[in-house]
Amino acid sequence: MSECVIPNLTSNEVVASKSVLPDGWKADLSNLKVLDLTLPVLELLRRTTSRLPQDVIDALVKGRDAEEEGSRAFNTLNDMVRNINLADGQVTPLCQDTGTVIFWVRHPFGLSQVAAKKQIREAVKQATKNVYLRPNCVEALSGKNLGNNMDPFHEGHPVVHFEEWDKPEIEVGVMLKGGGCENVGAQYRLPDATIGAGRDIKGVRKCIIDAVVKAQGQGCSPGILGVAIGGDRVTGYEKSKEVILRRLGTKNPVPAMDAFEKEVTRDLNTLGIGPMGYGGTTTALGVHVEEMFRHPASFYVSISYMCWSSRRQVLKIGSTGEVSFD
Amino acid sequence: MIRLTTPISEDQIRQLKVGDEVLLNGNVVLSRDIGHKFMKEQKPEWLKPILENMVIYHCGPVVRKNPDGSWSFVAAGPTTSIREEPYQADVIETYKVRGVIGKGGMGKKTSEGLQKTGAVYLHATGGAGSLLAERVKRVVDVKMLEEFGSPEAFWIIEVEDFPLVVSMDSHGGSLHEIVLAQSQERAKALMG
Repeated sequence: MSECVIPNLTSNEVVASKSVLPDGWKADLSNLKVLDLTLPVLELLRRTTSRLPQDVIDALVKGRDAEEEGSRAFNTLNDMVRNINLADGQVTPLCQDTGTVIFWVRHPFGLSQVAAKKQIREAVKQATKNVYLRPNCVEALSGKNLGNNMDPFHEGHPVVHFEEWDKPEIEVGVMLKGGGCENVGAQYRLPDATIGAGRDIKGVRKCIIDAVVKAQGQGCSPGILGVAIGGDRVTGYEKSKEVILRRLGTKNPVPAMDAFEKEVTRDLNTLGIGPMGYGGTTTALGVHVEEMFRHPASFYVSISYMCWSSRRQVLKIGSTGEVSFD
Repeated sequence: MIRLTTPISEDQIRQLKVGDEVLLNGNVVLSRDIGHKFMKEQKPEWLKPILENMVIYHCGPVVRKNPDGSWSFVAAGPTTSIREEPYQADVIETYKVRGVIGKGGMGKKTSEGLQKTGAVYLHATGGAGSLLAERVKRVVDVKMLEEFGSPEAFWIIEVEDFPLVVSMDSHGGSLHEIVLAQSQERAKALMG
């Protein structure tokens, strides 16, 4: 069990050959009224549920190689890599919890959000039928599962964020966020006397450490921490998820924040929680922080915890209509 | 690495210690929220021979029905166990269960149940849905599928070399408590 598993993903050609999109499928961006995103979004979900981004795989391998060979932490990270290879090869869900499905759509002027939302919902229904997604949406009080991942009342699931931008291209980002890691997210209101956190960057650091200690292995560590400083209760949490979309290992554009992220990641990896909370030096794969403005009276630190199986991907439709996945 | 095959004797269980890595073979029975409430409140007799000296797995699998009517497990990692805390100790005692597989660990009441009956909590790697499904050799049977729905049904599966860690043993030991205490101490030092 303890031999070192090498990540071995199928080639991009093989992934493309299994696509649900017809060969050479292109969008006609000159006529946004008839654009149908259903199939490209279905393909986005097929890829996202079975294949982890390369930066996440690299971080897991780096973590494993830093653990003592044959230790529980090493073996657990090794099994994670093994799981990544299997899911990709078979095109099966990496995890049976295919999560809350969250989309970020960025589009030019002229795209109907009503139409796009219908198409995205249709793609999620189809992805559930195709067993890319588990039916993961139940009525709050009764627990009733309609089996299609739809919230029929308020269209609360799947979650779709729209933003119009000044470019001809379209981007649809998706995140599959499991319930276990969502449950260990936290929002702090500073100052917080219980953990001695004041209204400064030191206080923010204490919040992050506290949240990770409380999470232990419950969020399926090693995790990726998305942190928003400021905002209100809603925008803070929203931002804390959005920053998880950033690739691991890329710099925070704010130099001071970049240094802070690296320092806190190092601190978290001395806590000894390790993969799945078994102990070890790999507790966090990364910390992504963004500062926002806030009401003078409110100082929120919103923290989203993403499990090691950080399933995120972006569908890009270029200005000439060609489709790519990133 | 310790190889265990179900059914498991109390004697085998008493030898296991927190931190032991186990490869499990044989039949295990899936059950989660609805199943545990049902077992505690209704105590159905027909489940006794299925569960005696066996292992329960907290899991809501992604399953596929094959054209010949048989079932395949597509993704089958553990779900968070603490939700079964109100039921687990009773279930272990009533049915003489020898092991519970899940993730995240369980509380004091379950730990007492493990010690009293002679059972262990076995931790599986969360998120390893494909890997763990691959270790499912076959679906032996399924009970209460119509009544509970697929994620909640009692799936009886045969597993091969299912990789697990003993994180709570039958002597009151808990890896979760040890790691929690150590990390809290370290956090205190970091937070000054």
